[in-house]
Amino acid sequence: METKTGSRIAATFARLREAGETGVCPYVTVGFPELDTVGRVGPALVAGGAAMIELGIPFSDPLADGATVQHSSHVALTNGVTVATCLDAARDLRHKGVDVPLIFMGYFNPLLSYGLERFAAACAEVGADGVIVPDLPPDESGDLREALQRHGLDLIFMLAPTSTDAQIAAVARQASGFIYCVSLTGVTGARDRLSQQLPGFIARVRRHTDLPLVVGFGISTPEHVKEAGKLAEAVAVGSAVVKRLGETPRERQPDEMEAFIRYLRGA
Amino acid sequence: MTSTTTGRLPAAALPDERGRFGQFGGTYAPVTLLPAIEELRAAYDAARRDPEFQAELEHLLATYVGRPTALYYAESLSREIGGAQIYLKREDLAHTGAHKINNALGQGLLAKRMGKPRVIAETGAGQHGVATATVCAMLGLECVVYMGEVDIARQSLNVFRMKLLGAEVRPVGTGSRTLKDAMNEAIRDWVTNVETTYYLIGSVAGMHPYPMMVRDFQSVIGRETRRQIIEQAGRLPDAVVACVGGGSNAMGIFHPFIDDPDVELHGAEAAGLGIETGKHAATLSAGRVGVLHGSRSYVLQDDDGQIIEAHSIAAGLDYPGVGPEHSYLKDTGRATYHPVTDAEALEGFKLLCRTEGIIPALESAHAVALGARLAADRSPDDIIVINLSGRGDKDMHTVAEALGVAL
Repeated sequence: METKTGSRIAATFARLREAGETGVCPYVTVGFPELDTVGRVGPALVAGGAAMIELGIPFSDPLADGATVQHSSHVALTNGVTVATCLDAARDLRHKGVDVPLIFMGYFNPLLSYGLERFAAACAEVGADGVIVPDLPPDESGDLREALQRHGLDLIFMLAPTSTDAQIAAVARQASGFIYCVSLTGVTGARDRLSQQLPGFIARVRRHTDLPLVVGFGISTPEHVKEAGKLAEAVAVGSAVVKRLGETPRERQPDEMEAFIRYLRGA
Repeated sequence: MTSTTTGRLPAAALPDERGRFGQFGGTYAPVTLLPAIEELRAAYDAARRDPEFQAELEHLLATYVGRPTALYYAESLSREIGGAQIYLKREDLAHTGAHKINNALGQGLLAKRMGKPRVIAETGAGQHGVATATVCAMLGLECVVYMGEVDIARQSLNVFRMKLLGAEVRPVGTGSRTLKDAMNEAIRDWVTNVETTYYLIGSVAGMHPYPMMVRDFQSVIGRETRRQIIEQAGRLPDAVVACVGGGSNAMGIFHPFIDDPDVELHGAEAAGLGIETGKHAATLSAGRVGVLHGSRSYVLQDDDGQIIEAHSIAAGLDYPGVGPEHSYLKDTGRATYHPVTDAEALEGFKLLCRTEGIIPALESAHAVALGARLAADRSPDDIIVINLSGRGDKDMHTVAEALGVAL
């Protein structure tokens, strides 16, 4: 499936290609460390040059996440974050003039509980562009994919270094927007170096699709961004962003986030 | 047999090739695991058809586990209740003291056959952890068991047993620090070490093929019970009763009776301090359909789809999910699930100790309490089989505390 022409996601990747840049896509857990953090740092992430923003919907049992994102989810839930809060956060960012693609990332049960059709409609209404669900593999994704398609959003599929060629081909047939390539065999969280499996894995994915690729998991330094940028159109940076947010005093968070995205981009 | 009036399919027809029991089950897993899950499905499919694998399993079930376990006519208990005749399926007499060994042995042999040198498991009460550590010691496999810190505190004897058996017990300090969190951590380990590691799930939960495979390995309980009750009583029972946390002992004894419409199936869920208090683990009685740990099933969750922490005096029932086939049996009306509180389970515990000289596990005490309740309303011509899934040695500290006794 093609990236929809005219979509924010397609426009973003077209712009990156033209500029010869690697997109940096920060992940923030909505409601971490405070309820209003995303609304306060979102514009700063864009000012720093974020290509997209991933908005994490917290879940009580984040089984694909390492300690940093687990902790942020726990804090967010303690702060009272719900699916509705996350939708409001996206709407708030749009009101503040954030014009990069907004991608929700969250586990399946809260979305199922909210109602898949209702969630898809709300995503379109608040101005989100795509959804990533780490525990929803292609074979189980039909209902959500169709609901999102009806409302003009992309369900973003994931692939991993362990994915077989048959699984890659199946994802390539159904994917739209971009494909999220998990850089390593493991959970989210900063690592010292990129997996040696990455180049071979990305090459296998390229054989099956022309969609843009975003590499995520374990990316935390400008060196990682540069190295992964030779292989993929963009990188997702989650735990490193979340950790920094948690360690920075409230008033300094916007400046810190803008500076961190610039730093990662090597700008 | 074709489908019944409720639209239920015969037991052997489920799950379908996607691991579905009606709307329940499936494979909701991180993409990294999908190849390992496919590999496991293929390996199990080959093993179940391989006479050599089945012969080795049967041999070890007989000589190592001590099967068949007895079916015992509980005459004193039956007399005390004054209703139906009660029989106990004595899984407490199996090696390691609970039914968990049936599945651990089956999957351990499968891990070995697949060439996986490292086995990981989650455990609540510690019975599955002990069973897995036992089988790994016997088969020469490395064993890591994830266990919530709350469970480690209340099941210290089983922690010590696992360590003696050569397993590494990794405490889990996240979330409710019980079985669900141990399972999250085991899945994270599996995602990270998927190429060398076999994940030995202890219940009929998780992604396909686990609910089917664990059920198959536990169905030896029901097959034996069927044969034994016909030998002893000359007919099938009127009702079969088992406790349900994730639901493996219940699925094991229920499954061979599913296609016998005259045999009632009753599950005892842990109602903790009472469903109305919110402190319970009665997933089928009080949950909503959702997705947890890889499959769609009833789940204890709040209005926003966050998983609620379960509560039960029995660590092995303290789980906010339940196997998908139980959800199917509930929705099709084939099985009935009843809440049993901590207090009722303790009464069942004491009743069995006093009348039969058998100290049950607190998990099994829930089934005893329900069985006694059901038997009381029945005629003396009726037969009820209770699955006594484990023995109570591990629970002495918990029971003493609940009864206000200092050890």
